[in-house]
Amino acid sequence: MNNAAATASNLGFLNCESCGLLSRSAAGEHGGLCPRCGATVHFRKPDSIQRTWALVIAAAICYIPANILPVMTTITPFSRSSDTIMEGVVLLWSPTSWPLSIVVFVASVTIPLAKLIALSYLLITIQRGSIKSNRERTRLYRLVEFIGRWSMLDVFVDTFVVALVQLQPLMFVEPGPGVPFFGAVVVLTMLAATSFDPRLIWDQPEESYGQYK
Amino acid sequence: MANTNDTEQTQGIPEAMKVPKRRGRLSIVWIIPIVAAIIGGWIAVQKILNEGPTITIIFPTAEGLEAGKTKIKYNGVEVGSVTAIILSKDRKNVVATAQMAADSRDLLVEDTKFWVERPRISGGTVSGLGTLFSGAYIGMDIGKSKQERRAFVGLHEPPVVTGDVPGRFFVLQTEDLDSLDYGTPIFFRRIQVGKVVGYELDKDGQKILVKVFINAPYDQYVNHETRFWQASGIDVSLSAGGVRVQTQSIASILIGGIAFETPAIAPVSAPAAENSVFKLFRDRAEAMKLPEGEAHDYVLRFEQSVRGLEPGAPVEFRGVKIGEVVSVNVEFDPKTYRFAVPVKIRTYSKLSNIVNSDLSKLGETVTEQSFRTSVDRLVANGYRAQLQTGNLLTGALFIAFDIFPNAPKATVDWSQQPPVFPTVPGELQQIQQSLTQLVKKLEKLPLDAIGKNLLETLDTLNISLLDMDKLLKGFGSQVTPELRGALSGARRTLAAAERSLNSLDSTYAGQDAPVQQDLREALQEVARAARSLRVLADYLERNPSALLRGKK
Repeated sequence: MNNAAATASNLGFLNCESCGLLSRSAAGEHGGLCPRCGATVHFRKPDSIQRTWALVIAAAICYIPANILPVMTTITPFSRSSDTIMEGVVLLWSPTSWPLSIVVFVASVTIPLAKLIALSYLLITIQRGSIKSNRERTRLYRLVEFIGRWSMLDVFVDTFVVALVQLQPLMFVEPGPGVPFFGAVVVLTMLAATSFDPRLIWDQPEESYGQYK
Repeated sequence: MANTNDTEQTQGIPEAMKVPKRRGRLSIVWIIPIVAAIIGGWIAVQKILNEGPTITIIFPTAEGLEAGKTKIKYNGVEVGSVTAIILSKDRKNVVATAQMAADSRDLLVEDTKFWVERPRISGGTVSGLGTLFSGAYIGMDIGKSKQERRAFVGLHEPPVVTGDVPGRFFVLQTEDLDSLDYGTPIFFRRIQVGKVVGYELDKDGQKILVKVFINAPYDQYVNHETRFWQASGIDVSLSAGGVRVQTQSIASILIGGIAFETPAIAPVSAPAAENSVFKLFRDRAEAMKLPEGEAHDYVLRFEQSVRGLEPGAPVEFRGVKIGEVVSVNVEFDPKTYRFAVPVKIRTYSKLSNIVNSDLSKLGETVTEQSFRTSVDRLVANGYRAQLQTGNLLTGALFIAFDIFPNAPKATVDWSQQPPVFPTVPGELQQIQQSLTQLVKKLEKLPLDAIGKNLLETLDTLNISLLDMDKLLKGFGSQVTPELRGALSGARRTLAAAERSLNSLDSTYAGQDAPVQQDLREALQEVARAARSLRVLADYLERNPSALLRGKK
């Protein structure tokens, strides 16, 4: 890329994210406190890569029980059936409700996985100092950040159903142990997306690598 | 690095304040994945720890079973669930794979049983109604073995008796299953004490072996003399004592049942061993009838029609049933060109028992030989079998044993198997024979000649009668007038006689008839003489000496 592009960090300036004041970094320091509002200022988000990695890995770990454990238990006097997310998708896959099945599958299975893969891809490319297709990678990041909040669909459905279907003696629905894990996946991927600093994509390899990770 | 670009451009821009240096390079954020990993790992470990053994159960059909839904329950407690159902390799059965609970390891032993619990109505009980809605589940009965096992063959029917119930199994032999089924109740003095747990044909297909379970403590009342009978329905019997109605319970009327009892006369014996075999009788009367001894088979050859003699017909000795007819055949003897009807009978040797026991009383040891000798002696005295009519309406025959002193000499043919017992012709046959003989004699009579003679005789008789008639008529006309004269003469004579009798009467019988007067006087004299004689006798009695000394 263009090595000569002027960035705040290239010029040794720090931008306060709270009050917008531009400040110079103290000698030998990579960050500091905003002289006007006292908020923390830094060239790049501190430990961005490390934090994002941590959150992505945590989300990935939670993703496994979220899909293995049942998210909903339907109890009638004669039976008790627990369904995982994928079982729900299979259950919905019928000639009439297949669109719903697809929506659930995409929102609950595909999107969290896609987010994890996308973030991992961004982190790996930054760590390897890649300089290719920076625009696309930035767009990918925006996409991840945007869709993050929508993948709670399953948790929403679960919440509604559990709250509404409480016909105690006849039938009632209980949330399964998979729900907290699923929620954790969504929250952790959102946090990971937030802690990721997309500016790192554009930083020079020799500059970013080993310094702001 | 950033400080190296310190130029005039940056003048007037204030410097940031220093931040106290962080100690570690490793961010605190790594706690999140560590916590996530710990929770995930803990759940995984939990799952693995809770994961019990995987077992396979072979069932004839997968009806009602559903992978992932069907549970395995022991006494209503869920101990596992079916994870997969596949066809067996030979495609005759289904193999259900089940994931058991972690603590079920010691439940899965060699003789643990599995069955599919479905709604079922049998033996007076309705079971598994809950499964109507919830779907079938797999029931389980834990065995006692210590040997662990992972592959099982499921039962067709749930076991009626689960392994931990104390009691004993017995086997009942019957020819007809009737209304017996799994769970049919068994009564002892009208208390339900057990159940039918299964039945099967024996190897040659002749008998049904019914396996029953008698709960403790009632199993001790079953000994070798115990009789089992089918207690289904109502048994109404009409006897000299009136009408008797026998039933066990309402349930047994509807669904059948088995009852048992030990005859009071039977010798007291120890409780029967497990799996002892008993005969299942049709009803109580049959069961309690005879203490059955060893069965003896005989063949009886009849040379007459055995129409009405059915297998199962009674064999009696003077009205006491001692056995029954097994089969009826026809036999042709090519040497004599005669047909015979060999009837095979089976005697429950009450009689031979009596003979045997009496022999043993005499101090003889009862052997097959001595038994034969005693039977031979009986036969020599005229002990024979005979066909008799049991029912005149239906013509049903039975076989009667009795002593026929006039029977022709015969012996038992012990060389045959079964031995051939001598017979005498039946009553009807005897009557038939005498009738035949009579008819033959009648045929020999010269009836034509007799008739002719008779006719001639009658003709002669007719003529004689006519002559007689004429004679009588002549007699009337000639004799009557003379007879009349004779009669009037006789009347006159009688009148004269009357008169002479009257005069006689006046002479002797009248009040003043002379004869009467003389007689009276004579009698008075006699009375006087008697009186003086009595005075003398009295005097003599008082003074006997007067006889010698004279009256003073």
